[in-house]
Amino acid sequence: MIELESVCKIYNDGQPNEVRAVRDVSLKIPLDATTVFRGPSGSGKTSLLSMIGCLSRPTSGRIHLEGECISGLPEKFMTDIRRRTFGFIFQRFNLLRGLTVMENVMAPALPLGGDHADLRHRAMEILHRLQLDHKATVASELLSGGEAQRVAIARALINDPAIILADEPTANLDTALTEEFLGVMADLKQQGKTILMTSHDPRIWQAKLVDRIVSMKDGAIEDVLEQSERENEKE
Amino acid sequence: MNSTALRRHLNLIDFTLSAMRRRLWRNVMLFAVYLVLVFLLASVMSFSHAIRREAALMLSGAPEITVQRLVMGRHDLVPLSYLDKVGNIRGVQKAYGRLWGYFYDQGTRANYTLMVPGPDAKDYQLTKGQAILGEGIARVRGAKKGRILTITSPTGKPLVMRIKDVMMPDSALVGSDLILVTEEDFRRFFNLPPNVYTDLVLKVRNTREVSTIVGKASYLLPDARFVTRDDILRTYEAIFSWREGLLLALLAAVIVAFAILVFDKASGLSGEEKREIGVLKAVGWDTSDILAMKFWEGALVSLLAFLGGVLAAYAHVFLFDAGLLKPVLQGWGVLYPDFSLPPSIDGLQLATLAIFTIVPFTGATIVPIWRAAITDPEQVMR
Repeated sequence: MIELESVCKIYNDGQPNEVRAVRDVSLKIPLDATTVFRGPSGSGKTSLLSMIGCLSRPTSGRIHLEGECISGLPEKFMTDIRRRTFGFIFQRFNLLRGLTVMENVMAPALPLGGDHADLRHRAMEILHRLQLDHKATVASELLSGGEAQRVAIARALINDPAIILADEPTANLDTALTEEFLGVMADLKQQGKTILMTSHDPRIWQAKLVDRIVSMKDGAIEDVLEQSERENEKE
Repeated sequence: MNSTALRRHLNLIDFTLSAMRRRLWRNVMLFAVYLVLVFLLASVMSFSHAIRREAALMLSGAPEITVQRLVMGRHDLVPLSYLDKVGNIRGVQKAYGRLWGYFYDQGTRANYTLMVPGPDAKDYQLTKGQAILGEGIARVRGAKKGRILTITSPTGKPLVMRIKDVMMPDSALVGSDLILVTEEDFRRFFNLPPNVYTDLVLKVRNTREVSTIVGKASYLLPDARFVTRDDILRTYEAIFSWREGLLLALLAAVIVAFAILVFDKASGLSGEEKREIGVLKAVGWDTSDILAMKFWEGALVSLLAFLGGVLAAYAHVFLFDAGLLKPVLQGWGVLYPDFSLPPSIDGLQLATLAIFTIVPFTGATIVPIWRAAITDPEQVMR
């Protein structure tokens, strides 16, 4: 269980350009499920995802992961949790230009000190699973949008994280690629991964793999829809 | 270091090499400038060190004390009577007069040193009409053993001699412009009376007594100047240090170019580099991982450039006779000696060079990265 307790996020606190991105959010997110945060731009969903993934800290409030408070830890511990627990898929994929697909996929695991050959083998297995093994030596900037996203997914999986965080993962994809992405996510869910996504794409909200939808507005939670309620909503 | 930590660093080095490949030309340019700088600095330092060492080695056989007579502050001829006075001082093993002088040769437009070999120079014993030439004179005049050498005295009279030998290159540093002749030929050439010498030399039994003997001799010969072997060594040191400093000043342009490169590296990162650091942090890299990666980047460039530059300088100075530096750093005659220096390395100089090149460069690589690496990785989400 991920538990958010009165979480606030203020950027440029006390400055004239202060932004209150997240306001007093309290939420319980079950593991082994798929949760989507939806809402318009500026509603605070990306900020919330960043804090859950230990990319940033709340200005106030706490975030617990399986009972342990992770939001107040020193940077070194937060980094350790980030790389062992979370896998990130960014909106713009954020692949490192000039590096090959293989090098991009291996990057998160390098500081952990694993054997390089084992690491390559593991990366190749993941690429094979995502049907990208033939692109392993291709420079990342030469990939199509769909391929780039699958590389981003492979990179998110290299450390075998329990939780996948995806920020607007289909914002740059057409319908076919969105379906493909959802298929990959469904497989990951089958493997027991917890998936948290932000999206304002209806194709995501309506996907079968989504168990919960958290609607946000102006930094606060508007409502939380469970799967059963969503089915009623559809009807 | 345990195996995980070692593997971590190996992985980071591997990643660093891949990352450097992306900015290949920039890194190659940086490496080239760095290498040239180290090459030039190391060449100057190695050459100066080797030439000083060579001079010291050659002077190790020189007399402990040289006595010169001064008249109105100028070096003047020493009467034979002086030799009797200082030769009897207790502790002086041997004393004898030397004859040497300079003359300008119009044909080669060079100053030559004419000298009579001392009584201990068994290899250079001559008979009237014979001469032994320094390597430089033999070279510029195309003279060889057995041929005739004619030089014109300051009074206009020619001196004709048969060349007995040409001196070996290992003594070329101070003997390049030297002509050894007999005392009789020397006095005739310079029109000198028989009872004067250019200077006197004293050999002492115990080198620790040099200053005591100089003190006693000063009392006996108040108008004389006493030059010890250590004084000469110090003069050589000063001459080469000055020349080395001059050349290092001329190298300032290269140093400035290097400084600009270092400053460029230190003054900031491109947006692309900042984004990459954010991505790496977001996918699980720690600040220390990013610093380690950049440390390896700086260390690889600077260590390789340093080693390459030092090896190239070594080859330049000791294998190719320092062709780029010789005209500035060597010799004090018009005839530059043609010689090879025996290889020698000054560890302290190398360490100094390493500290003043590797440390600032690696620092300049790490500092801006550290500034970027401590920022929140959240930026990449936006």
